[in-house]
Amino acid sequence: MNRTQKIAIGVLAAVTLASLAAGWIAPSYAEQFRDFISAPPSAKFPLGTDELGRDRFARLLYGTRVSLLLAPAAALLSTLIAALLGGTAGYLGGRWERLVTSGIDVFLSLPWLFLLMAVRALLPLNTSPVTSVVLTFLLLGCLGWASPARMLRAGTRTLANSDYLVQARASGVAPARLFWRHLLPNLKPILAAQFWISVPVFILSEANLSLLGLGVAEPLPSWGAMLRDLENYTSVLQNPWMLAPAVLLVAVVSCLQLLLRTEETLPC
Amino acid sequence: MLRFALGALLVLAPLAQAANELRFTLRSEPKTFNPLMVEDESSETVRYLTGGVLIRLNRYTQELEGELASKWKVLENGRRIDFELRPNVHFSDGTPFSCEDVAFTMDRLMDPALHTPAGDAFRSAPGAVETKCASPTSASVRFPGPVAALALQYDQVAIMSAHSPHKEAAVLGPFMLGEYKPGAFLVLERNPNYWKKDSNGRKLPYLDSIRLDIQSNRELELLRFRRGELDMVNKLDPEMFDRLSSEMPHNVVDAGPSLDSELIFFNQASSAPLPAYKLNWFRSAAFRRAISDAIHRDDLVRVVYKGHARASAGPVSPANKFWLNAALKPAVYSAQAALDELQRDGFHRSGDALADREGHRVEFSMITNAGNKLHERTLTLIQQDLAKIGIQLNVLTLDFPSLIERITRTYNYESVLMALTNVGLDPNDQMNIWLSSAQTHPWNPNQKTPETPWEAEIDKLMQAQAASQTPAQRKIAFDKVQQIVADQAPMVFLVNPNALSAVSPNLKNVTPALLRPQIYWNAERLYLGSGYVSQK
Repeated sequence: MNRTQKIAIGVLAAVTLASLAAGWIAPSYAEQFRDFISAPPSAKFPLGTDELGRDRFARLLYGTRVSLLLAPAAALLSTLIAALLGGTAGYLGGRWERLVTSGIDVFLSLPWLFLLMAVRALLPLNTSPVTSVVLTFLLLGCLGWASPARMLRAGTRTLANSDYLVQARASGVAPARLFWRHLLPNLKPILAAQFWISVPVFILSEANLSLLGLGVAEPLPSWGAMLRDLENYTSVLQNPWMLAPAVLLVAVVSCLQLLLRTEETLPC
Repeated sequence: MLRFALGALLVLAPLAQAANELRFTLRSEPKTFNPLMVEDESSETVRYLTGGVLIRLNRYTQELEGELASKWKVLENGRRIDFELRPNVHFSDGTPFSCEDVAFTMDRLMDPALHTPAGDAFRSAPGAVETKCASPTSASVRFPGPVAALALQYDQVAIMSAHSPHKEAAVLGPFMLGEYKPGAFLVLERNPNYWKKDSNGRKLPYLDSIRLDIQSNRELELLRFRRGELDMVNKLDPEMFDRLSSEMPHNVVDAGPSLDSELIFFNQASSAPLPAYKLNWFRSAAFRRAISDAIHRDDLVRVVYKGHARASAGPVSPANKFWLNAALKPAVYSAQAALDELQRDGFHRSGDALADREGHRVEFSMITNAGNKLHERTLTLIQQDLAKIGIQLNVLTLDFPSLIERITRTYNYESVLMALTNVGLDPNDQMNIWLSSAQTHPWNPNQKTPETPWEAEIDKLMQAQAASQTPAQRKIAFDKVQQIVADQAPMVFLVNPNALSAVSPNLKNVTPALLRPQIYWNAERLYLGSGYVSQK
């Protein structure tokens, strides 16, 4: 691990800690101070207030909590589904592989945004903001498995034909043991890479959904919802502190990419 | 000599600019160029600029003016209208205009096979509509039943040619379709045969052409206006208006409250898949009135609309001068009044939350269309206002087709925030909203018989005003409808947004009106020059 990557870990740790401590640092993310709408930064509001008079700093901290906790959870879910389907398809081959490959092709060809919109429209009416955001990321996790599954299927296929696995099979090692003891540990770098790739993808997916007004429900904040304010570019020029969520998003995604390089260079 | 020079300048000013082209945008592709089949806003723009009508509603004075008909008379209690047509008028392709064209247009308009949207207003009773031509310049149209505001309805009827080989391309309005590139632009060219002249005897319109770029992105539209690539933006949201106002204060026009309303309503449909206790809340007038009292309309105006709106008192905007029931006042915000009303209806505070008499916590959802920032902000404000009286409001933004599906077909919603866009002034234009049997009766559509006495009363009053030909009597009936709506609050009216637009200083003769189309309602008299827009 080089110095840059250590800094990346430091930045991610600081951001995560700050978001977890949001309840103490800036507790009121939903309260509207209607006499202070679009206020500039001050001691009371370090990043000013939004168009409804809500503390931008508090919203940024809580939004970070939402994005940083739920995006990795969705990434973990999609990686697990991908490992299960892609791994078994590559390992077992035959009809199952053809079925999974066809499923992957179908999922990759689906316009996921419209699928998300359709699924979201079917949600129960009285879904609290917290449930709504969890469901949104759950949906993202369930829909995001296809691309990693393709990588894992290819990786498993290569490993399944490798010399050491052929030898293990010839020595009479049981298929389950072969999978768990010999195959899976060697798939770890691919799994890790797919996980770290998925985290920023899901953060950005939520941001895209929020830009369309279909992300996290009000009054819960998220990075995506806060990025919507940047549509008004004149205001951004006049109030550069509005860029804070964008800066944080870029910083976090960059740090995750730097860590991904560490994972990619890990020895098998 | 000086007087002559000034006079010449005044006369020549429009002449000097005649070669110019007015440019603005359509938000979407026009769905039709058939003037009788118009339903969408873009097609309506094209119809307004190209279609010739017998009678026109002056958008500024809100009075009727003769266009192709120099005189008209409503007879037989609204069953008949006689027109005296202007002589020597020709369609854009040179075909002469006569009574036969009026008869042809009426036949097409009322053809049941065509289902023309503009024809709905004339369908007062079963039976055929008869048009008689005593001479080429004299038309008499007879309807099977009385038609309310009969003369006004002709504002929406563009006359089509009975004989022109060019069919709907032959028009009687100031402009005609020149070029159309789907997805990109339309060019409307000056109609060389347009009949109208200015006070100096010069043929109108002054403009040579109008270019309508198809542009759905509002930010790009604003950017192009700033660059001078567009001459006007006909409808701005408050945020854009304020932004532009700070940069180009002389180019923006706030014409005051428009005819549109922002409102919420609760699902009262019997077939709604909602728990019975929630339907009971929504069917309680006290509950609906309490919600109305608990919403801080002044904050909505100030925070969401940046001051460019007016707190709404009822279904008629102050822009509609004649039909407004001036006795009605917007609900004054009072959380305490709301709580008192709820307590009288059996609700009680249970800790921070509000509960009904059976102990159910008062929590409901409100849906609105995703991507509409004004609606999303309005809901967030309402959410905090209702939280103060212990009500938890869950906000759900949906894509527009899903929203419409829920409120018109599945009835799977609890409450909704939406805009009511009024194009016409007359109460008859709102029949589809107020009649309990109507498919688009918002809170409980398609009722076989009115389910509440007050809905029965509204039905009776709306039918009475539609049958009456006396404006004063109609006003009395419609005032009562507005009073019932205020008392029962089936729809909680929030604000009337202002008509905001941007106009290049180069565009002359602009007199912004409250009615659509606010800026180009007098398109034939607009011309391009230099100077500032006068705000009236």
